[in-house]
Amino acid sequence: MKLRTLTLGLLSASALAFAAHAESITIATVNNGDMVRMQKLTDDFTKANPDIQLNWVTLEENVLRERVTTDIATKGGQYDVMTIGTYEVPIWAKQSWLLPLDKLGDDYDVKDIIPAIAGGLSVDGKLYAAPFYGESSFVMYRKDLMEKAGLKMPDAPTWDFIKQAADKMTDRANGVNGICLRGKAGWGENMAFLTAMSNSFGARWFDENWKPQFDQPEWKNTLQFYVDLMKADGPEGASSNGFNENLALFQQGKCGMWIDATVAASFVSDPKASQVADKVGYALAPDNGLGKRGNWLWAWSLAVPAGTQKADAAEKFVSWATSKHYAELVASKEGWANVPPGTRSSLYANPEYQKAAPFAKMTLDSINAADPTHPTVKPVPYVGVQFVAIPEFQGLGTTVGQLFSAALAGQSSVDDALKQAQDAATAAMTEGGYIK
Amino acid sequence: MARAVTTQHKTIATAAAWVVALLIFFPILYTIITSFKSEQEAIQGFNLIPSGTFESYSEVQQQSGYFKFFFNSVLLSVGSTVLALIVAIPAAWSMAFSPTKRTKDILMWMLSTKMMPAVAVLFPIYLIFRDSGLLDSRIGLTVMLMLINLPIVVWMLYTYFREIPGEILEAARMDGASLWNEIIYVLTPMAVPGIASTMLLNIILAWNEAFWTIRLTTTNAAPLTAFISSFSSPQGLFWAKLSAASTLAIAPILIMGWFSQKQLVRGLTFGAVK
Repeated sequence: MKLRTLTLGLLSASALAFAAHAESITIATVNNGDMVRMQKLTDDFTKANPDIQLNWVTLEENVLRERVTTDIATKGGQYDVMTIGTYEVPIWAKQSWLLPLDKLGDDYDVKDIIPAIAGGLSVDGKLYAAPFYGESSFVMYRKDLMEKAGLKMPDAPTWDFIKQAADKMTDRANGVNGICLRGKAGWGENMAFLTAMSNSFGARWFDENWKPQFDQPEWKNTLQFYVDLMKADGPEGASSNGFNENLALFQQGKCGMWIDATVAASFVSDPKASQVADKVGYALAPDNGLGKRGNWLWAWSLAVPAGTQKADAAEKFVSWATSKHYAELVASKEGWANVPPGTRSSLYANPEYQKAAPFAKMTLDSINAADPTHPTVKPVPYVGVQFVAIPEFQGLGTTVGQLFSAALAGQSSVDDALKQAQDAATAAMTEGGYIK
Repeated sequence: MARAVTTQHKTIATAAAWVVALLIFFPILYTIITSFKSEQEAIQGFNLIPSGTFESYSEVQQQSGYFKFFFNSVLLSVGSTVLALIVAIPAAWSMAFSPTKRTKDILMWMLSTKMMPAVAVLFPIYLIFRDSGLLDSRIGLTVMLMLINLPIVVWMLYTYFREIPGEILEAARMDGASLWNEIIYVLTPMAVPGIASTMLLNIILAWNEAFWTIRLTTTNAAPLTAFISSFSSPQGLFWAKLSAASTLAIAPILIMGWFSQKQLVRGLTFGAVK
């Protein structure tokens, strides 16, 4: 009896000692397929690091953004690893809210990260977040409808070609819209698309002195082209369509073309979800011959907030989740097609990945065609392709998004929308102290 | 003839009541229906007949354990309600039975705190919670939920207590009851229907509170609102899973409401007819 008590006591003491030794880190993340998959595969990490426990907090994107911003701005220390995008990284790094990632390990191979992505996540040459999944945007089109229209999609189309193709593919009687584009208001919804599109029209949000540029002809050309194109060839109620709505339309065969995130390629080519899976072709986002294409660049990345007490364990996890080893782990369990795309050059050089993902080359070319540090034809004082990396942009971007969405819905004219956008941007920039 | 008209009126009134009830309940019903669809079915437009698959439920349970969140929801809503009643019963008693010149103003002031958008005080509250080590703690959140629902609890109890004749309390006092005995043995039993409905309403409010419960928690204290929030996704299909998570989250409170509806309606209409 005594022996039993003693053994039990010893066992609980050692369990307590272990528990005291084990460090638990809290990871805040968004709910998308790649992130959910990562949560299922964490055994691989905890086996190699038995002294680190992982707690997950999954939140809807906007809630996550607000939640982690509150925590990081107050140094609340609730999270040890945060999932953030290319918009937050430059702003937060400048505020010293993030720790630079300089202990990712010898075999991490930082140089393998696609340069355009690494550029968007670095400040003064230091990497502040490691990309978990990256994307650009491109044209997805129906090869059968294109053939029926007697046209051939070039690898790098112009906006004029897109308009011509959309006109010919539109077949209202059979419910086919020539083109589906985002119209739902929001800085990450219609403004992501329109800002990227405006780059290819030579427009910019601000000049070198932060003066808003919505009163310039380039913006007028962009918005007029978009509204005319959507009125002639877009789906009904387009002003409330975002990524998910357009995805559903395309999968049901109701869109001839759709310009959106490269990640959509895996959904539209999935025979289980898409009725047109075997008929989809891909091309670079359109341009106007001005040297910039209308594609964006985004990367969901893992960063370590400066307020954490467990920086080493957190960085160890970031290194694991964004490593080549992790890509191989996903491939071995769920196939190459499910490896998070858009972060490492080595993935795109892998013949097995190329075979599993027919859109791989076009995805890489699209990512490489975006340059977050020089996003526009004319010079600008900001970084970011489909956003302006300043704190004021979330609010301003959404306000302008609402104005442009109203123009698409026919509630206001293109000129009125641009004038109001110019006023709103001028007010926001004056209030922010950018212009006097 | 008169009888026939009455019957006709009754039928119309009943039909109208059913239509209104169905309109109000329909979003919940459609959520439940959607939870039994596959993701593809869920996004394919309006359809009242699901294929009856349970795949969303099993995926939801697999992705994040329901019971941990459920336990927190029960603890937070019941805990904050009990705390609120402990504070509000004496407060409402003093306002109802010994009102002063300023009682009305105090009541209005209490209510006015509900008129301010919660986000306006997010940062101060967050900093207080951070400095007192209350972030992600059940105790901190229980107190928070108690505080935000307190004005409504005080107001409801105040209205019920005013219906109780002051003479009964005076009689108790004459018989030598102390202040606490008066509140506990005389006032409270008489106000049971009112207190019960206040309690039920407060539990529902606390259960559904989604601003603070999401913002002040991470893992330990996260209730079902955080559980639902984790199933919304900007890219990819999620309607069926989100519906399954919502159904699981509202089921307990819906069932509780169903069983206590008599009490709830009685309490809410208490004092409405004079």
